Amino acid sequence: MTKSELIDVIATRGTLTKARAELVVNCVFDAMTESLERGEGIEIRGFGSFTVRPYKPYSGRNPRTGEAVPVPAKRLPFFKVGKELREIVDKSRAFAITGDDD
Amino acid sequence: MTKAEIVQAIYNRLGGFSKKEAADLVDLVFDTMKETLARGEKIKISGFGNFVLRDKRQRQGRNPQTGDPMVITERRVLNFKASNILKLGLNPRRGREATEGGASAGS
Repeated sequence: MTKSELIDVIATRGTLTKARAELVVNCVFDAMTESLERGEGIEIRGFGSFTVRPYKPYSGRNPRTGEAVPVPAKRLPFFKVGKELREIVDKSRAFAITGDDD
Repeated sequence: MTKAEIVQAIYNRLGGFSKKEAADLVDLVFDTMKETLARGEKIKISGFGNFVLRDKRQRQGRNPQTGDPMVITERRVLNFKASNILKLGLNPRRGREATEGGASAGS
């Protein structure tokens, strides 16, 4: 499922125009992005939580040339799946994994 | 941030929705995502990231508390791969360097 497919489902099930559904879906992910940019985590019960993790600088390597490359300190988002969704995902083993080709 | 604050953002920024409608729509977004993952289908949100499913084989692990060896059963797990746009937003001063190694997640 892509974002535009998600927008289509929200339009149908929420009885909204596509344009309106697009605003809703964008607003959800914009609000989440802004929270993470402030360094603030997000907790969605039944789904999971997002946190911002600080990483120390380290010396990496260019895999092609083997040359040492300094990697600066950075912050990366981290998602921890919630208990309910973890169980839902495990039960989905009844189906093949899809979504790479649609 | 909680779901209530996302609801508030919809209510404040979009207009034309009651609080109840905004709350129902936010639930609908997360419920739809859960139902999609429940069918074994991954989700790609451009500009935010991808929710990908991976099948893990049974393997030998350890109880981290006691150190006792134990079998970790076969399972399917959900991983989030943040988009490069999101990673850049978290590291505003450093530009490209911040996302080295994540070249495929940006679309």
